Amino acid sequence: MEIIVNGENRQAPPGITVAAYVATLGFDPETVVVELDGQILGRLEYDERRLAEGAELELIRFVGGG
Amino acid sequence: MLKVNERPYEFTPGLRLAELAQRLKPDADVFIVNGFPVPPATELQDHDHCWLIRRGEKTGMEEMERLLYARHTPGVQARIKDSRVGIMGLGGLGSVVAVALARIGVGGLLLADYDLVEPSNLNRQQFFVDQVGMKKTEALRQNLARINPYLRVETFDQELTEENIPLVFAGVKVLVECFDGPRMKALALRTALTRMPEAGYVGASGLAGYGENDLIRTRRLRPHVYIVGDGEAEARPGQGLMAPRVGIAAHHQANQVLRLLLGLD
Repeated sequence: MEIIVNGENRQAPPGITVAAYVATLGFDPETVVVELDGQILGRLEYDERRLAEGAELELIRFVGGG
Repeated sequence: MLKVNERPYEFTPGLRLAELAQRLKPDADVFIVNGFPVPPATELQDHDHCWLIRRGEKTGMEEMERLLYARHTPGVQARIKDSRVGIMGLGGLGSVVAVALARIGVGGLLLADYDLVEPSNLNRQQFFVDQVGMKKTEALRQNLARINPYLRVETFDQELTEENIPLVFAGVKVLVECFDGPRMKALALRTALTRMPEAGYVGASGLAGYGENDLIRTRRLRPHVYIVGDGEAEARPGQGLMAPRVGIAAHHQANQVLRLLLGLD
């Protein structure tokens, strides 16, 4: 199915969880802030929420150093 | 009429600073007129503000405060003096942000870190060798007091969590995320977006190594929420954290904090 990730069209397996999708990008989900369809997700929601056709994801990913 | 050390003094044409000092403070060896150091031979103009100071002398609080603020842009000072800013993490970002904000006179700083100063910190952080082993919160409080003793500095020296961040930083105008670890960075932003929607926020990601200067950017995520960095350069073996590039990012953060305090978003 098609979803929108940071403004770009991407393919994702139907029904995949947010956490699993983020992991497919090679990111530790704990290092990513997720907005799904305009709503910032709490950390516990990453494993619960599933992506639907046309879902709009904004991912803000952090790398270490400070 | 002149003002000399904040007291009125009769102006006479042709009066030089050295003469004035001879009459009022013969041991003065620093001469400041209208905020700038000048030589003693300087001829004064009516309405000049003069400071006659003896180097090393402890001046009164009010006098020193005026001197410190002599270089501040008028209007800016008044607006930031009563602002309170929270800094999460006192490493290469946080300690540098704190020093920059203290120097310009941001009046209230809440400094949070549970760590101690370690030797490996000194390649980029605003601590000194004789502070190794001290709590970072205490060491930085000392250092800021030496720069600007008129700040209100508060400290929090326990671990920050999703639960306590909104409580610890309640009421701050801007929250600055200066953590080292990427999980804490994400946690902090998530917490701010969901539980502190009113606060300004300036985070950072991607500032390790010695990559190009200008790859460090300040990106606006949404109103009053910004992330500084190149987004890519993570700290890892072979790409360490060093004062120059971390400092670039830290000063991006500090300037963005100033802009938010001044209502520029």
